[in-house]
Amino acid sequence: MQIYLPIADLPVNVFLVLGMGLAVGYISGMFGIGGGFLMTPLLIFIGISPAVAVATVSSHIAASSFTGAISYWRKRSLDVALAMMLLSAGIVGTATGVWLFTELRALDQLDLVIGLSYVTLLTIVGGMMIYESIRAVMRTRRGMPATLRRPGSHTWLHGLPFKMRFKRSKIYVSAIPVWAIGFVIGFVGAIMGIGGGFLLVPMLIYFLRVPTATVIGTSMILTLITMASATVMHAATNHLVDAVLALILMIGGVIGAQFGARTGQKMRGERLRLLLGLLVFAVGMRFAYELVVQPDDLYSLRYVETG
Amino acid sequence: MMRRLAATFAIITLACGVTPAAAERLVVSLSNHRVAVTSSFIGEELVLFGTIEPDSSSNSLRPPYDLVVTVTGPRQTLRTRRKQRMFGIWVNVDSREFVGVPSYLAVLSNRPVSDIANQDTLRRLQVGLDYFLLPQRIGPDFADTVRDDPFRLAFVRLKNQQGLYRESGTAVTFLTPTVFRAAIQMPAAVPTGTYQIEVELFASGNLAARTNTALEVIKTGFEQYVADAARDNGLLFGMATALMALLIGWFASIVFRRD
Repeated sequence: MQIYLPIADLPVNVFLVLGMGLAVGYISGMFGIGGGFLMTPLLIFIGISPAVAVATVSSHIAASSFTGAISYWRKRSLDVALAMMLLSAGIVGTATGVWLFTELRALDQLDLVIGLSYVTLLTIVGGMMIYESIRAVMRTRRGMPATLRRPGSHTWLHGLPFKMRFKRSKIYVSAIPVWAIGFVIGFVGAIMGIGGGFLLVPMLIYFLRVPTATVIGTSMILTLITMASATVMHAATNHLVDAVLALILMIGGVIGAQFGARTGQKMRGERLRLLLGLLVFAVGMRFAYELVVQPDDLYSLRYVETG
Repeated sequence: MMRRLAATFAIITLACGVTPAAAERLVVSLSNHRVAVTSSFIGEELVLFGTIEPDSSSNSLRPPYDLVVTVTGPRQTLRTRRKQRMFGIWVNVDSREFVGVPSYLAVLSNRPVSDIANQDTLRRLQVGLDYFLLPQRIGPDFADTVRDDPFRLAFVRLKNQQGLYRESGTAVTFLTPTVFRAAIQMPAAVPTGTYQIEVELFASGNLAARTNTALEVIKTGFEQYVADAARDNGLLFGMATALMALLIGWFASIVFRRD
């Protein structure tokens, strides 16, 4: 069944888009991530212009992260104070990212920067997650506790000033790394058109030692607020949010996320991290392949203006 | 700037428009002057019918005739970029901006345009994809380059892949020596706006008569409502979409609640 998208200006197969929403929703529910880094390339692949894809995916992520946030809220496993601290720096990061986005677009180098940042971030983060989770799996094999978190384990990050206590997460850390993480997530999200959940979750675990219990819920609140405001900003400035496409994606996404979350809860934490690491790494390699191998077509068109 | 460009176009068109010897007259009719883009739009085929009639002053018809129909969509500006290998990765290094070029361009004829008239005539009349004026921004000036310019070739090829630029030597059929029919394919991704249709009649390689008509591609119903809302009330539209996201998210959490 074909449906014509009013903003993207092209017809798509409803079931294909619904299926994409389901699949990405399943993955996002399973790992507690937004899934933008998977959905945006998928939409571009079916012919939707990158600008519309980035803008529309933000509303889709808002929907699935809200579902997630509600269920974590019911379990009281989210840290609103930590999310708000991250958010305050995230806004600055987003503004910086949007500014750089516009500058690079004018220089025709946006594709390159997006490609390079996907490769760098995804391969490094994916690689680290694979390494860490394999070690954790090995430890459990030898009958030792899988978790890295040891009470009282301190890194140099804990020596920084402006310490704050986050009761829900039971951590006492300096505001500097919290702000730095928030800024990086906001900045990267604006440049790459992603919510940044797959980056935020490992960062919170490894740098701030946020317990697994609250990390996903907290990440979801942050994702929800940034993506909902990104939707409004994209719609107000570029008029690029396709509500019809967003609706189909959301319906698929929220259903998929429910089933994904059930699968995720049944799996062991380190196995889950290993799978996510492999997925992130694979997407990163896919982008690396595109940059290194000679493209089929050296030429590409970019729409400048009407008239 | 766009106005100056439009004026330049008008002058070029006037300069090229040699008044043909008045012997034939074209009467054309389009099956539909309005293409409505609805939620089930997957492209459309329009048919242009026409006859060649003797001009009132004379009765002399001189078949066989050749006919070229040129359909041009709303103008837009596009940049063609070329990738090159730098430090082992492929980077956009060079680009050309095509200014005020048609978003849709179809050159339909009863046989390949290169067989209809000689190169000089085609170039002068801008008939055929090879001879259609596609101005590039070169510094502060606009100019069309040679037709085998790599950026121009790439531009036409990419537009052709999207189904938006096409040349067909079979799309026009003569039902009788003086009655013809032309099939105009509108792909699903056709841009909305006003389309100009230029019909040119050739007799033994020379322009004998020309006429034009127009059609409109518009969004209707729900599609138009959404597109208008997004354009005119961007902020409100964004908030409505964000609210829709929250509602669906909340609704899903209720439907799938297990306790």
